[in-house]
Amino acid sequence: MIALEGLTKRYGEKVAVNNLTFEVRPGIVTGFLGPNGAGKSTTMRMILGLDHPTSGAVRIEGRRYAELRDPLRTIGALLDANANHGGRSAYHHLLCLAQSNGLPERRVREVLDVVGLSAVARKKAKGFSMGMGQRLGIAAALLGDPRILMFDEPVNGLDPEGIHWIRTLMQRLAAEGRTVFVSSHLMSEMALTAEHLVVIGQGRLLADLSMADFIQRNSRAYVRVRTPERERFLDVLRSAGLTAMETGGTLELDGVAAEQVGELAARHGLVLHELSPQQASLEEAFMRLTAESVEYHAHSDTPPAGERAPWGADWKKG
Amino acid sequence: MTTERTQQIPGQAPRTPSYVSPIPIRQANLGHALASEWTKIRSVRSTMWTLGIFLALVVVLGCMVAGLIGADTYLNAPYTMPAFFGLLLGQMCLVSLGVLVVSSEYGTGMIRTTFTASPQRHRVLAAKIIVFFLVAFVTAAVAIAVVGLYTQLTVDAPSNPAWLPTVFKGALYVSLMGVLALAVGSMMRHSAGAITTMLGVVLVPAILPPFLLFNESLVDVAQFVSDYNAISALSLIFEGSPSTGHGGAQTALLAGLTVVACAGAFAAQANRDV
Repeated sequence: MIALEGLTKRYGEKVAVNNLTFEVRPGIVTGFLGPNGAGKSTTMRMILGLDHPTSGAVRIEGRRYAELRDPLRTIGALLDANANHGGRSAYHHLLCLAQSNGLPERRVREVLDVVGLSAVARKKAKGFSMGMGQRLGIAAALLGDPRILMFDEPVNGLDPEGIHWIRTLMQRLAAEGRTVFVSSHLMSEMALTAEHLVVIGQGRLLADLSMADFIQRNSRAYVRVRTPERERFLDVLRSAGLTAMETGGTLELDGVAAEQVGELAARHGLVLHELSPQQASLEEAFMRLTAESVEYHAHSDTPPAGERAPWGADWKKG
Repeated sequence: MTTERTQQIPGQAPRTPSYVSPIPIRQANLGHALASEWTKIRSVRSTMWTLGIFLALVVVLGCMVAGLIGADTYLNAPYTMPAFFGLLLGQMCLVSLGVLVVSSEYGTGMIRTTFTASPQRHRVLAAKIIVFFLVAFVTAAVAIAVVGLYTQLTVDAPSNPAWLPTVFKGALYVSLMGVLALAVGSMMRHSAGAITTMLGVVLVPAILPPFLLFNESLVDVAQFVSDYNAISALSLIFEGSPSTGHGGAQTALLAGLTVVACAGAFAAQANRDV
């Protein structure tokens, strides 16, 4: 259990983290979501006692981080995959960490095995690819078999196989009753792993809710229809008390099931070229939520084109 | 702006109890920190390089010089005297290693991993100082002793002063210089800056006195700097006479400076963001 209370970090005039209060509970994966520069990493550094908050506090199982007597056994963290001495081998990197907490040497070999780095254990870390560096960081986090795990952007630099591996790992760790707190700037990634969401933007808490609630509140379900008999179809809809939104060559129908639309069309002998249930992407919902708080807007010369628009650029206009 | 929250159902406990690990819990202490720092210092190549060059300088240069010095010199100087020349240059190796022990962690980001594993930052720094000091002291003592033995065995000349105390004092002086560098490195957190600063600490006082003499009011200062700089200190340890002393006061001054710098390093890191 991690508890933040009124956590605030100020760098001169700039408020990086603004009065954050939330709890991260055991047994589930909690996603920590926010656009770049939202204050996720700063928050995580404060949780680990590396940065000192301007005001507010963090409690790890009721204690301040500096009061932890067996830190690696309590919390394991992957902050930055390169947070190691490049000239040191993976084995010695993990060994010195294990020794600092009185952990047995066999744990080093065990975690190297878990992350799949046993074969390169004696190789210098600076020769590692980004994905291998990430795995070494994860090995360090797992070293003390901790009750709490915290990962900052763990899928960065991993290949698809690695991404799948880390997702499964996080879910397994949570299922074992551990607290798993993982940051990302990708909603799509969180949708696959997290059960609970904490969303921040410009250092402020925007949402603290379960994934299911987030989906229910923020995603729009509709039915997409393409038909060559557009006018007649619209008449039929009107008489059935339904309205459609016209977008380009297709029609979007809210609040109705695809089956219902299909049967309706069949009854009137209408030709349909497409009839498909759609779900607005969570990425869109997330962008809508954080639109006002995106710090670095991309400005493109071409007008934004639907979902492929640069980060939040189109939301700014609305 | 409103925050979206899930309504907590009252009385709903977390589904699963917290995870319990089968690994026995040991409270971390200084012993663990020392073991960790020992692993760190022996597992990087910069340690091998700096200590290797140090040993080569002191031993090779010492043994070469031993035969070149007139035999009557040893009447008033210990057999370890030839080690002096290598130590003059070699102390910069220990200075570099001292700086790197800390600053390399800041430079690579390793320090975040270190402080996450050991949030008792004072314990980490204390362990670094102890491990580095012991490594530097043992290496320097071995190097000086080898030169002393070589000279005693090869130079056919009597020597009055005992050479064993100079092994201890010479090793102590250069090791303290290394610890001072470690403290400076910890405060500056930057390898190149800290090594340059230490180069200044070693060399500037040795060069400065003639320039101070241009002003008469600074004569006393010039004398002090001339007596107490690192080069004079080492030369007094190896060639001092009863009238000049054997570098005890100089070593005490360096020890004092090192203690002050270490106190500064402990204070600086205590509340710093890393």
